[in-house]
Amino acid sequence: MDGFYEFIRSLWLLWLMAVFIGIVVWAFWPKRKRELEAHGQIPLRDDDPES
Amino acid sequence: MSEAVATQPYNEEVVRQFTIATVFWGVIGFLVGVVIALQLAFPVLNLGLEWTTFGRLRPVHTSAVIFAFGGNALFATSLYVVQRTCRATLWGGPATASFLFWGYQAFIVLAASGYVLGVTQSKEYAEPEWYVDLWLTIVWVVYLFVFVGTIMRRKEPHIYVANWFYLAYIITIAMLHLVNNMALPVSFFGTKSYILWSGVQDALTQWWYGHNAVGFFLTAGFLGMMYYFVPKQAERPVYSYRLSIVHFWSLIFLYIWAGPHHLHYTALPDWAQTLGMTFSVMLWMPSWGGMINGIMTLSGAWDKLRTDPILRMLVASIAFYGMSTFEGPMMSIKPVNALSHYTDWTIGHVHSGALGWVAFISFGAVYYLVPKLWKRERLYSIRMVSYHFWISTIGIVLYITAMWVGGITQGLMWRAYDELGFLQYSFAETVEAMHPYYVIRALGGVLFLLGSFVMVYNLIRTARGDLRDEAPYVSPTAAQAAPAE
Repeated sequence: MDGFYEFIRSLWLLWLMAVFIGIVVWAFWPKRKRELEAHGQIPLRDDDPES
Repeated sequence: MSEAVATQPYNEEVVRQFTIATVFWGVIGFLVGVVIALQLAFPVLNLGLEWTTFGRLRPVHTSAVIFAFGGNALFATSLYVVQRTCRATLWGGPATASFLFWGYQAFIVLAASGYVLGVTQSKEYAEPEWYVDLWLTIVWVVYLFVFVGTIMRRKEPHIYVANWFYLAYIITIAMLHLVNNMALPVSFFGTKSYILWSGVQDALTQWWYGHNAVGFFLTAGFLGMMYYFVPKQAERPVYSYRLSIVHFWSLIFLYIWAGPHHLHYTALPDWAQTLGMTFSVMLWMPSWGGMINGIMTLSGAWDKLRTDPILRMLVASIAFYGMSTFEGPMMSIKPVNALSHYTDWTIGHVHSGALGWVAFISFGAVYYLVPKLWKRERLYSIRMVSYHFWISTIGIVLYITAMWVGGITQGLMWRAYDELGFLQYSFAETVEAMHPYYVIRALGGVLFLLGSFVMVYNLIRTARGDLRDEAPYVSPTAAQAAPAE
């Protein structure tokens, strides 16, 4: 079991790469384009509170 | 899309306080910088007093510009941006916010007065002794609570990217600060302490801290500023929101490993040096991705650069960011580092980032904020922003070119051998050769300081509600291009 754990740990670089590539694919997945780019409008809509 | 609107008024009082502190400490920091630049050119200015020697004033300068000027700018903008983009008022209320302000100013005064009196733990950019470190830890944890608390009570469903950068900066600085300052005081009421780490472990911990202070304090935090104030001033959304997500994560994944490049050709194991170099070179990716994202926000609105000096300042800062983050990875490559390390080239590199990127984007943000915070129609004078821009830009160019030429000269002289294999120059000769460059550098610093005086005057008049009687701003080149009546 310890040996297995050591082996998994030694692959940290691959894990990090996989997570990072996952983030890139997620961000640039064509279906998400409209939804994600809409977030860019957030700072442009920050008027003062109504009260 | 449903509009999320805040129900309670935003806390702008604390933002005003931090903005004033930003400008105040900025001028002090630039002034001390000019003094120590002149000391290098004319050593007599050390005055023969222990409190005014270069060794004591240098950390006053670095801490004043990084932690006092830059830090207050980050506090001011992060607390402003998080409220605006979350449509929520600050968590913890006005009292907690006030504690943050006064607590952070107390940290600055405690640290700086200690340096002048010779109280230091001699770690670059982490000079404060244990009791100041403990105080900062308390202030910083409250900062984290206020920031995260505000995000958690947000009305806007999505957390805007600027807040991601700000949050990464707050969390990472907390981690760096704690690990690098693990010190044991020698006595209960004394100031002296010893660091827990020793030897090469201490050196690596220090530069893991030092480089990530650059990466997360001076980069991630100010990128948060870029992602809010550039779109606001340009009145356009960021060029690509998806790129900003990738920008954020690539910066986070890569920066933390780059520190060992400060320890090339030392006792640090060779593989660790190469690791640091490799990750530094990979940093080109997020740096340029971020630069492109910032500058391309103006795509289709380039004419605003001619008519809006504030936007010009913001965009110039992004250009300097691109330039200094190109230079940095290049200097981390071991053969280049063999020439550049320990020379004034490094100082030039730091200042193209600090003056060009950090200071300019902060000036741009302050110029944006002051009329908003003091409820004025616009700045007292738009034209004066342009004067500030050009005076400071010329100052930066003088500074960095002098340090490039001087630093490379210095590096080449140190490694020059004669035909018998002896060093060609004594160390004193290399110091003498630097004199003209030190004078030019000091001149650049003086210009940068003068520019900041123009800003202070403009901001004070703005806060008082004055409007300068001036024609609408167009740049001289645009005016020439326009046909005469």
